[in-house]
Amino acid sequence: MNPYDNLRLLPEIILTITGVIVMLIDATLATGIARRPLGWIAAIGTTAALWASLYQLRLPTGTAYFGTVETSPFTVFFHVLICGIVLVTILLALDTLPEDSHHQGEYYALVSFGAVGMCLLTGAVELLVVFIALEISSISTYVLAGYRKQTGKGPEAAIKYFLLGSFATAFLLYGIALIFGVTGSTQVYEIAHRVPAAQNHTMVVTALVLMLVGILFKVSAAPFHVWTPDVYEGAPSPVVALLSTAPKAAVFALLLRVVYEMLPTLRSVWSPLLWVVAVLSMTVGNLAALRQENVKRMLAYSSIAHAGYLLAAFAGLGTTGVAAAAFYIAAYAAMNVGIFAVVTLASGYDEHLPLVRDFRGLLYRSPLLGSLLIFFLISLVGIPFTGGFFGKFYSFSAAVGGGAVVLAIIGLLNSGLASAYYLRLAFAAAQRPDDQDARSRVPLPQIGIAVGAALLFTVGATLSLGIVPGDALRAAETAAHTLQIPLADDTTTEVTLPQQHQQPQP
Amino acid sequence: MNALNDSILTLILLVPLAGAALIAILPDRGKLSAWIALLTALVSFGLTLHLPAHFVVGRPGFQFAVNSPWIQNPAIFYHVGVDGLSLWLVVLTGLLAPVGVLASWNAIKERRKLYYALFMVQQTAMFGVFISLDLMVYYGFWELSLVPMAIIIAMYGRKDGPKAALKFFLFTFIPSAPLLVAILWLYARTGTFSFSELQLLIASGALPAGPLFWTALAFLFAFAVKVPIFPLHGWLAETFSEAPVALAMVVAGKLGLYSMLRFHVALFPAQTRAIAPLLIALTVIGILYGACLALVQRDFWRLIAFATVSHFSLTTLGIYGLTLTGRDGAIYQILNQGVIEGALFVLLGVLETRYASSQIASYGGVASKLPRTATFFVITALAMVGLPMLNGFVGEFMILSSTFTGVSRGWAIAAAISVILGAAYMLSLVQNLFYGPESNMTSSKPGVDLNFGELAVLAPLAVLMLVMGLAPSIWMQSIEKSAHPTQTGWTTTLPLRAPVANALKNTEAGQ
Repeated sequence: MNPYDNLRLLPEIILTITGVIVMLIDATLATGIARRPLGWIAAIGTTAALWASLYQLRLPTGTAYFGTVETSPFTVFFHVLICGIVLVTILLALDTLPEDSHHQGEYYALVSFGAVGMCLLTGAVELLVVFIALEISSISTYVLAGYRKQTGKGPEAAIKYFLLGSFATAFLLYGIALIFGVTGSTQVYEIAHRVPAAQNHTMVVTALVLMLVGILFKVSAAPFHVWTPDVYEGAPSPVVALLSTAPKAAVFALLLRVVYEMLPTLRSVWSPLLWVVAVLSMTVGNLAALRQENVKRMLAYSSIAHAGYLLAAFAGLGTTGVAAAAFYIAAYAAMNVGIFAVVTLASGYDEHLPLVRDFRGLLYRSPLLGSLLIFFLISLVGIPFTGGFFGKFYSFSAAVGGGAVVLAIIGLLNSGLASAYYLRLAFAAAQRPDDQDARSRVPLPQIGIAVGAALLFTVGATLSLGIVPGDALRAAETAAHTLQIPLADDTTTEVTLPQQHQQPQP
Repeated sequence: MNALNDSILTLILLVPLAGAALIAILPDRGKLSAWIALLTALVSFGLTLHLPAHFVVGRPGFQFAVNSPWIQNPAIFYHVGVDGLSLWLVVLTGLLAPVGVLASWNAIKERRKLYYALFMVQQTAMFGVFISLDLMVYYGFWELSLVPMAIIIAMYGRKDGPKAALKFFLFTFIPSAPLLVAILWLYARTGTFSFSELQLLIASGALPAGPLFWTALAFLFAFAVKVPIFPLHGWLAETFSEAPVALAMVVAGKLGLYSMLRFHVALFPAQTRAIAPLLIALTVIGILYGACLALVQRDFWRLIAFATVSHFSLTTLGIYGLTLTGRDGAIYQILNQGVIEGALFVLLGVLETRYASSQIASYGGVASKLPRTATFFVITALAMVGLPMLNGFVGEFMILSSTFTGVSRGWAIAAAISVILGAAYMLSLVQNLFYGPESNMTSSKPGVDLNFGELAVLAPLAVLMLVMGLAPSIWMQSIEKSAHPTQTGWTTTLPLRAPVANALKNTEAGQ
């Protein structure tokens, strides 16, 4: 261990300190005092972590703490993404959590700790660290899902999420145990090196499948998606903005690492599996979303469908697939956080206006919110010049490049189907409000500085990913190159050796 | 002037967008947004007039072209340019912008800011479709053109806006899914999105015929829905009766017909020949079907919708007859239709804002109250029917005569029946609306004739109908000389990129 090791964990360390500070201050403050400034502390901490991640680009690619944690353009890409999402959701919560809220401090502390887990998950190259990171992030999100304790649905969501989530984690752990049994290692590169020579092929495949179950549960891909709508409906909208993006980004990073870096030789196994899961997720998600009246449930099913579009990228060969997946996650995160921000503002923290028909006339009641809602929905549909389009475009062009033309056709037809429910909401918002309707006269909240910044950030990201995606795509490609992917056609023995315990050159 | 030639197309794209941004920033007060929109539309129309003024007739290839990299991987280029085919379509789009703004002047009473901003975005999308030469950029504008239209229909629909908007959107969005897959497949095989390079490559036979057939079909399907070709016309009637006049006018037909000419016929000549007989049959059915349905409509928006199906099918017949005259006639007819329908939509909009009804039966004897409206309506109806000396005649004649001599007499005769049917429904529409005894509705409401703005729109359009009918050579010259790649020996002037060159080499080696 050497002092530079700490630099490789800098964002996580900053986030941990932030969380601890927030918690300590919260505990020492008298009950009557507003907790809102704690949110600003968390926001500052997250921003610092974001800069720390960018700083990590200067470090040479390598591992720290005995080969357990890695820093590379790949991890930096996801660190920046996750910190960005967390920052925006904190800004969102600052203005939308009720002022007299019970335990606001707890909220910001949990978000910070969750971010630690997610960041660590993208950097971990040792399966036990992966497991610990996943648990850190999961436990924070379990608690956050039940944040509205006073309602019936809050605790229900949390308990459902927790029970099913721990079940899925158990699958992952089982898979890790099996792979350790076969290869005698839990280090990703070691495993990649030893798997081709492993005697017990069946057990490796079983391990892979078990790990995939755990991972696909976390990204809410069908058929492991059943928890999603209930949890999204029960959790407060600012939490869902976080829940539907940041942990998924982290877990997709893990999936990329597992399939492309750890078990690239098993491509013939995981590729058809992911193909099926992709098609199932898109179709199930979209068909179910068509029938939803509750906006958050609809968006929950839509996020299942988006997991499917993203998995289509895994049909892509080598770095194209990884780059497409990474880009998609970024684009998806930008528009999804954005739309949940709008939904939070439009239906209120208590969600007295949760249905699609309650959004009728939003464009007339608040032109800004209405336009933003329509904008994000259009990006979710995948109309050009928005991030959603390029996400889909790269994902499906990776699939077509990898020979999965059928998958691309199913995917794009699905996105046509999806436009039906997105636009139902968009057009409801564009419709003239019904004067008889008392609901439409509920005043909308003022847009404060923090929420304004959050909205600006998400709109900017969605637009720039749609008009000038070059930079983001280059970042995604650089990230993809650092995953040590063997060439598609090389022999199994030529899997590159990891540069373990590499010392950074100061 | 050279500097302007290089940037004129980019300017044409950006001016409406800048107008939209300006409208979005400024407050929604009175008619401020409408004035800015009018100003922007006039500026962009002025800019489009620069194109025919500096267009060199007979020079092969695309003019005013810009080709600069946009995204490196996948290689997407911001490649725009016009030739004889797109030149006048760009000008037409420019012309219809101020017409559309003036047609909305009194019709749109609320949320003006949003309306005009979206209208301007729609303009950009349409210009983009006509000038893009990179398939991805083209696809981008093609999809973008759906959005403002759909939102505006949802906002201002006469009866059930959201339903019509959703129908419109799904009908046109779902077919573009196979289109995108087809484009991606072409890219995966060739490494280029460039229209010119793909054209060469497909002509060289380097791509396998089986998948290429499906690719061509995916392109055609997306365009056929947009035109619309029978039996894919389900969305049109509802869109026409729900959409505000200005929007229905600017989007009708042009996009699909242009795309067929550029990206189906020109890109996949062999596949086009294979599928042309089917299309000829479908278009003739469409011509007669649309005309027959137009005869029995009670609502004038629906009548115009079915008349449109009939007329656009005739234009498509000109395209897929695959004769040069038919093709020129079709291009000319697209322009004619734009002008005629522009005037027609404005006139029907005038009636609907005055009398708040689109039921033909509730009108009658309007001519005595609105004499000027009646005059313009009769001129427009005659142009649409194809009276010699007005513009509709030229295009129709070219298409029908080329079908008669070049394709099949039977189909030509069947299609020509629609001319009679067309006269029947248009003249009876004129009769029912403007002449005969005054109906209760007409006599109970005050007759307000055309105001200055409406006159300013209709008079130039009427003059244009006459000029286009008397002196078609002004337009035909550039259409004939520049739109035929085979005739002028048109080749690309672009350097071939590696995959293209390799593929070409392989084909030569194979032979």
